[in-house]
Amino acid sequence: MEKKLTLFKNRKRFGIEKNIDIIFKNTALVLSSFVAIILLGIILVVFFQSFESFSRYGLKFLVTSEWNPVKDEYGAFTAIYGTLVTSFLSLLITIPLGVGTAIFITEDFVPKVFREIIGSFVELLAAIPSVVLGLWAIFVMEPFFRAFFVFLHNFFGWIPLFSTEPTGRNSLLAILILVVMLLPIVTSIARDSLNQVPKKLRNAAYGIGASRWKTIFSVILPAALSGIMAGVLLALGRAMGETMAVTMIIGNSNAFSWSLLSPGYTISSMLANQFGEADGSQVSSLFYAAFVLMILSLVVNIFAQWLVKKFSLKY
Amino acid sequence: MNSLYYQKRLSRNIGDKFFTSLSVICALVAILPLIFLVTYILIKGGSQITPELFTLEPNPPGDDLDAGGINPALIGTLIITSIASIIAIPVGVGGGIYLAEYSKGGAFSRFIRFGVNVLAGVPSIIAGVFIYALIVSTKILFGSMYSGLAGGMALSILMLPTVIKTTDEGLKLVPNELRYASLGIGASMYTTILKVTLPSAFRSIATGVVLGIARAAGETAPLIFTALFSYYYITGFGDLFYEMGSLAVLIYNFALEPYDAQNKLAWAASFILVLSILSVNIFSRILAAFTEKTKRV
Repeated sequence: MEKKLTLFKNRKRFGIEKNIDIIFKNTALVLSSFVAIILLGIILVVFFQSFESFSRYGLKFLVTSEWNPVKDEYGAFTAIYGTLVTSFLSLLITIPLGVGTAIFITEDFVPKVFREIIGSFVELLAAIPSVVLGLWAIFVMEPFFRAFFVFLHNFFGWIPLFSTEPTGRNSLLAILILVVMLLPIVTSIARDSLNQVPKKLRNAAYGIGASRWKTIFSVILPAALSGIMAGVLLALGRAMGETMAVTMIIGNSNAFSWSLLSPGYTISSMLANQFGEADGSQVSSLFYAAFVLMILSLVVNIFAQWLVKKFSLKY
Repeated sequence: MNSLYYQKRLSRNIGDKFFTSLSVICALVAILPLIFLVTYILIKGGSQITPELFTLEPNPPGDDLDAGGINPALIGTLIITSIASIIAIPVGVGGGIYLAEYSKGGAFSRFIRFGVNVLAGVPSIIAGVFIYALIVSTKILFGSMYSGLAGGMALSILMLPTVIKTTDEGLKLVPNELRYASLGIGASMYTTILKVTLPSAFRSIATGVVLGIARAAGETAPLIFTALFSYYYITGFGDLFYEMGSLAVLIYNFALEPYDAQNKLAWAASFILVLSILSVNIFSRILAAFTEKTKRV
């Protein structure tokens, strides 16, 4: 009996192993706090770099559209307007298409195999780099839509949105390529949230005699709404920050125009175009524009997260 | 009696037919252009592929009919993505381990998880702007300005949230019984994590990380003013501190050139980029589905 106890007594954990354990835990702690450091770093660095421009123009920067490195006058209204218009209009087209597609692949209109193939295909498309989409937009989409744009201008030219002669790249093309980019995001998130609606809700609705679409509109869509909304907001964030495809097709002009058929600008395309060659106070103004973009996307993202927490399914 | 049979003219049945066809149309409108896009990229790009493409430097744009190859950009993409992975994977896996294994759901871990989601939503060009301000303009890396190293750092910022998230979620799926068993026979916390929980979550973590790498490989915006672009072969370690080309930036630059030869090179580069990204995606999906089926724990 005595002997056995000493055997156990000697099996103490070595001091060195204890230290390793503590070091391991603290390393993991430090590594996880890197996220916070980087996030705060980004906000602080961009803010301080934009400080010169911020103190010179204040909020006037947001509402004037003069961008003139020669005269050293900067205002980002055209780019901010372009960012908001392209992202909101592209979402307006994407939401019905994406949710409609999501309903199509969650209902049993076609056999499950096809629905799964379509679903994973849509998800794969989210992986295509945006620069490739931009290339495609330049060489395939632009020639394809040229005649349609001329038609739009000829018949609807009295609407300010279509009031300019279409010449090559323009904001409307940027909106269309954004739709192509956002569709996979909205569709796959909407599909996931539709799939998460419990089966018994559907069965209950069918049981009291609701038709299929009555069930979808009054039971399933409302139950999945928070997830779909969060997906839409995530897509909105992506649309605002999207750089390459938009830069390649929007035409990059700082002249303000209401027309979607004229070349435009977004904050991110302005950054992509000018950052490499800028110097002096132009750099600071570009940082100011970057700061505005960051705040816009932060607000959208945080709102999306809040929405998910607040209204997530409680079944 | 009649009400037991399906009546075509009933308004609810007409409405159902209408909305069903509407959703079919939505699906068609959404999917057909996407199919067209992928096949177009693969056919148009695939027809430009030649063996010289992989060995030559690109010629500077001009009236020259021969555009050369994309060797430096191809190698550059591999190097920049590797740098990003070398930075992001240890940091991300370590952070994920803390969140899943050590944190007790307190304010700190909630803040970090929130930060991960926010960082994932930061526009990619902002990561480029940040690295530009921090590293390129300050010449902090031994006096070099634009460099492959800076580009890799910018990409690592984009990869980090994905890696942390997949590690966190992968580890959370490991059943607690495994941890209890390991701790119960006297293993310390770090042995438990390294020998038991991490290995059993390895596949799901690896899948997520590989998808993150594939996404980063196609990112352009963070590179255009951190790594810039280069026409010349990468010859040695020292080239890390100079401008470095990448497939994504090559596509961007050459798509905007007015010359046909450069445009063709951009198509060829897109083909390689899209094909590798898609195959990585498909492969990891198959692997994930396979894991799902054979899961025993």
